[in-house]
Amino acid sequence: MKRTMTCIECPRGCALEVTLENEWKVSAVAGHQCPRGEKYARQEVESPMRTLTTCVLTRGLELRMLPVRTSGPIPKGRLPDAMAAVKRIVVGTPVETGQAVAKDFLGLGVDLLAARPLGPAAGSPAN
Amino acid sequence: MRTRDLVVVGGGPAGMAAALAARDAGVRDILLLERDQHLGGILNQCIHPGFGLHRFKAELTGPEYADRFAKMTAAAPEIEVSLRSFVVGLTPERRVSYLKPGALEEVRARAVIMATGCRERTREMIPIPGTRPAGVYPAGLAQKMVNMEGWIPGREAVVIGSGDIGLIMARRMALEGVKVRAVIEIQDKTRGLVRNVVQCLEDFGIPLYMRHKVAAIRGRDRVEAVDVVRVDDKFAAVPGSGFTISCDTVLVSVGLIPENELLEAAGAAIDPRTNGPVSAELNGTSIPGVFACGNSFKVYDLVDWVSRDSELAGRAAAAYLAGGAR
Repeated sequence: MKRTMTCIECPRGCALEVTLENEWKVSAVAGHQCPRGEKYARQEVESPMRTLTTCVLTRGLELRMLPVRTSGPIPKGRLPDAMAAVKRIVVGTPVETGQAVAKDFLGLGVDLLAARPLGPAAGSPAN
Repeated sequence: MRTRDLVVVGGGPAGMAAALAARDAGVRDILLLERDQHLGGILNQCIHPGFGLHRFKAELTGPEYADRFAKMTAAAPEIEVSLRSFVVGLTPERRVSYLKPGALEEVRARAVIMATGCRERTREMIPIPGTRPAGVYPAGLAQKMVNMEGWIPGREAVVIGSGDIGLIMARRMALEGVKVRAVIEIQDKTRGLVRNVVQCLEDFGIPLYMRHKVAAIRGRDRVEAVDVVRVDDKFAAVPGSGFTISCDTVLVSVGLIPENELLEAAGAAIDPRTNGPVSAELNGTSIPGVFACGNSFKVYDLVDWVSRDSELAGRAAAAYLAGGAR
């Protein structure tokens, strides 16, 4: 059984031809131009993963929204839960890039990280 | 009036890379003007990953990519960063005037690098018949609303144009709970990266209609629906192929235009077709000592290449200054 897919690891977007042993098991991958392509194809068939990037609300900081990302990919099927959980977070203290705003997010073994620094809002009391 | 060796207009990825490269090439007096309250430019609203694979060998979000350059810029004593500084004038003698809160400043520059980026093409610039209701947004503006202000522009959306901004906004809206009904593309292939079709549309089950166009936007006060029609080789509507998609929001992602009105006002030759400066070489303009880089020179699809090419502009300005420019 063969399946074609586009690698999403980098902007090159290699067209992959994946030979399947069964519905959940890859026996061979062709068409990739780097090792990440083969790894992606196996992961995508066995358990597709995505890095979530979104924003969380802030209070008393210089921008209204703080962009955040998961420190690693999470199961694609958990993206809706993750978005719902993100809506319950409010960041009220200044952050640095890479600082965790939620540790072991949803028990998925990844942290939710600030993707930029944010200081206190101008004119707000020092945080 | 104070004279500076190099004035860089725009603190996005192009301006920061150009200023840093000029510094590395020996320029010691650089003024970087940025209209926003932060460095980073459009990267600040591009919160999705995919930046920096070439430059940093890491998959970064836009704000993370911007932050790496902003930290290098802040650590360079040769570069004075002036934020909330909106350039309103450029002359062929390289006088730069800019507005700061409470002041109009003027500075003379021995060399200038314009790194002013792009603006979006709007609905008014492509022929879409119909009414003029609320709910029609350029995709990049919607991106700023969602990612920087936390405003969701509607509940059910149709995206016109399958460039990267349109695809990325389709995913972003879907993640935020908006029902994205369709992406409409008049060409027979997407103008965006293939990976974005996969991870932005297929992941969320968003249909992509290629060789289709929006025949009309309907709605009185607010968008109510769009009429969609298939097109032939000449982009003319195929009779009998029309259908209607109900929605309250339309995002228009139909390309970018280099922002070069300051150069034009200074008398530089501008190509009326692309709105980029006319130049025989990369990053040049028709005014001696004035350079342009990044998306205001030509539209790029990857910021990594903006950084790389803008560094060449910084070095070109340094070489011009070393050649005895006054």
